[in-house]
Amino acid sequence: MALTEERTPLELTTGEESVVEKPLGAFTRPSSNEGWRSWLTTVDHKKIGILYGATAMAFFAIGGLEALLIRAQLAQPNGQVLSPEIYNQMFTMHGTTMVFLVIMPMLAAFSNYLIPLMIGARDVAFPRLNAFSYWVFLFGGLFLYSSFFLGGAPDNGWFNYAPNSGVAYSPGHGIDFWTLGLQITGIASLVGAVNLIVTCLNMRAPGMTLLRMPVFVWMALVAQFLLLFAIPVITVALFLLMFDRLFGANFFNVEAGADPLLWQHLFWIFGHPEVYILILPAFGIVSEVIPAFARKPLFGYPFMVFSGIAIGFMGWGVWAHHMFASGVGPVSVAAFSLSTMFIAVPTGVKIFNWIGTLWRGKLTFTVAMLFAVGLVSQFTIGGLSGVMHSVAPHDTQQTDTYFVVAHFHYVLFGGSMFGIFSGVYYWWPKIFGHKLSEGIGKLHFWVMFAGFNLTFAPMHIVGLQGQPRRTATYPEGMGWDLMNLLSTIGSFLIALSFLIWVYNVVRSRKNPHAGADPWDGRTLEWATSSPPPVHNFDLEPTAGHLDEWWHQKYEENEDGRPVRREEFTYLSQVDEPSLSRGGRQPEGVDVSKIHLPSPSYWPIVIALGLPLVGYGLLYTYWLAALGGLLIIGGIVGLGLEPSVDPEAGHDEHDDHDPGHEPDDGQEAELVAVGAGDGAAGPDGTTAATTTDSEPT
Amino acid sequence: MSVSEQTAMAPTGSAPDADDHIAHDAAAPAHHTSTGLSNEKLGMWLFLGSECLLFGGLISAFLLYRSKDVEGMTGPAVGDLYDIPFTSVSSFVLLMSSLTMVLSLSAIQRADHRRARTWMLTTAMLGASFVAGQVYEFTAFVREGLGYTTNLQSSAFYTLTGFHGVHVTIGILMLVSLFVMSLRGRLSAEKTETVEIVGLYWHFVDIVWIIIFTLIYLIPA
Repeated sequence: MALTEERTPLELTTGEESVVEKPLGAFTRPSSNEGWRSWLTTVDHKKIGILYGATAMAFFAIGGLEALLIRAQLAQPNGQVLSPEIYNQMFTMHGTTMVFLVIMPMLAAFSNYLIPLMIGARDVAFPRLNAFSYWVFLFGGLFLYSSFFLGGAPDNGWFNYAPNSGVAYSPGHGIDFWTLGLQITGIASLVGAVNLIVTCLNMRAPGMTLLRMPVFVWMALVAQFLLLFAIPVITVALFLLMFDRLFGANFFNVEAGADPLLWQHLFWIFGHPEVYILILPAFGIVSEVIPAFARKPLFGYPFMVFSGIAIGFMGWGVWAHHMFASGVGPVSVAAFSLSTMFIAVPTGVKIFNWIGTLWRGKLTFTVAMLFAVGLVSQFTIGGLSGVMHSVAPHDTQQTDTYFVVAHFHYVLFGGSMFGIFSGVYYWWPKIFGHKLSEGIGKLHFWVMFAGFNLTFAPMHIVGLQGQPRRTATYPEGMGWDLMNLLSTIGSFLIALSFLIWVYNVVRSRKNPHAGADPWDGRTLEWATSSPPPVHNFDLEPTAGHLDEWWHQKYEENEDGRPVRREEFTYLSQVDEPSLSRGGRQPEGVDVSKIHLPSPSYWPIVIALGLPLVGYGLLYTYWLAALGGLLIIGGIVGLGLEPSVDPEAGHDEHDDHDPGHEPDDGQEAELVAVGAGDGAAGPDGTTAATTTDSEPT
Repeated sequence: MSVSEQTAMAPTGSAPDADDHIAHDAAAPAHHTSTGLSNEKLGMWLFLGSECLLFGGLISAFLLYRSKDVEGMTGPAVGDLYDIPFTSVSSFVLLMSSLTMVLSLSAIQRADHRRARTWMLTTAMLGASFVAGQVYEFTAFVREGLGYTTNLQSSAFYTLTGFHGVHVTIGILMLVSLFVMSLRGRLSAEKTETVEIVGLYWHFVDIVWIIIFTLIYLIPA
């Protein structure tokens, strides 16, 4: 059939454009990769990663402001800054924002940007679905926040226990915005999880076996699997609550005999894996940063990988330790106590491996390294107070006190956020081409470190003294005044450190170009230019080792010491200064022959439909119908549109069929079709496929 | 989706050689991925894995609330209204649709497009009969006084089975889309995997129904 295939009309000798029918006549497909509009239609995993990161940092500022309001209220006894109603909205939105709109998308940003680069791929498996995930996340977050202007934000805490979440106890629309908003962001996470898992499993460069993948890729992969299986569970919970509130179902209606523990179980079966979704990729980040600045390979790579997998599995068996005070029964309490103690083991393995990597290393304390060591130390404190909670009587004593607040801020802020900032400083030169200033960065780190400990360490003490969380005020004479004041001062120090970071970002734009490989890195993203070209690599990467790029740059001398090679080749055209430490440019590569997925309007169109459905369910079904039409129309459009625009200017490359068949709405994979290497190159399938298709 | 572009990274650099292309096309497998599974198929498997927990949660909620002796329960119990012979027939119809789905895939893999379309349409019609049966069942239950908000069980029952019905409906829409694509000649031999992927979804929805029918209809509370 290859002989009868229909082909793009060849270029006319007259020089006239040959007419190719468009897949869909109404719109012209976007083609530019530059200008602000391209950010709306981009399917490039690097741009989408930057979008995720920028959005998450904006939400970080908003969630931080909410925290400051909470702390201002609690600075003194009988605080008058916020009314109890507003206070409830603040701590609910603070928790929801930080978990769903800051840490998760921030880690999605790193995963999106780095996974394809680290495994030597040109893009993720489903580039347009990747764009779709981002827009859904953004619109879901904006939908959730629009509740502030539409009658009040959700006010029942980030875990939103039944029956307090029912209409009787929370009559406004706040909780509805919460259920619908999190369902929307859940779609983003689920689609992203499928996309990134397929990318990790299917898109690896030749030779990149699973056990040669960088630890960051592994930890992100485990986290995506956790998302894949955890998101549907909270979706069920949200779905049932939505039906209760909007259509009068009885799932959490205690008067009709419902069991409020149903919500708690569903929520925490999601909620505990979620904890590992929030921390594992951060573990992955520091597992890349620490070896780079200790000048040593990661100590115990297989143990790091398998302990991460073990955490992924065991994370499903500990959820009821969030419910020890709910009367789940002695057998459950005993079983979940034990499993909670066990899950500390693989986590401890990681801590010791990082220490083993640092041990006798040639340490350089860059800002990235400081934040990485910050994670190791601060997360350990949070981990230890976590293991304390596996002792059920202790847990029962501490439930709903500030001790718990101290614990999870040490793991989420001291762990995840420190890891995220470590990654921000480490990969900034790769992403933007210049380093963040080290001096300002060190100030940022130390102010944040001091502020963080000043905020949350005193909470251990007031927690043990019995100060309840989620209570808008506390009376005088409880002995909590000083510690609360210290916490408040600390929280403003954290805010100051964030401003220092913003200043650093703005100020560092003028920093000199950092070159392709400023940290003498080990993984493939450092083998391409900074920032990487849109197709990531000119030369196809291959991997013969773990830490492949290191092995290309270094060899062993007779004494077994690593010495830098004279000759190695960067995988794309790098700037001249990068070559000062050896290495040469790739040669004989025609990058114009590399096909990349074309930009598309449809992801943002489909994503726009989801919040419309949300508003429609709350206000008028007409809006929901409109949203539904956008979604269905968008899916049809996406399906009818080839992943690579046949008109995207690959004129002489004629093995591209303009009308190659659309499908039923699933995303086309693509990633680069290389330039028809006649040999046994895997691109051979490009030509053949279309016997009976017609251009539409 | 362009199966045609389903390539991982190709070596770049040398000049394209169309003849060579055609020569080795015949032997080239349709996909070049690290696992050998295409991205779309792997994606569908992962999605179905996720769906297992979605239905798992809904089934758990129903099982929690199926007990009849809830204090002060209003309205009839779901278990008293089941029409087992009727639902058995509609379950059988759905099961048979899996058979026709397989026949459709088998036909299209043999490039017998006409027969593939016939079986595709048959599958969609069988699915539609099942959904129609569900609508009939729901209306019969409502006539017996079991509305969506009547009691715990009714909410759980309608949500679970309705959710499954929506899944079947989405499957029907996918089958109809395939049918239209095939009619318009856009379902070439190389694209048979699309039929296979839709088939995976269809069989999954079918299997979920077997579990629901057994746990909810056949095993008494």
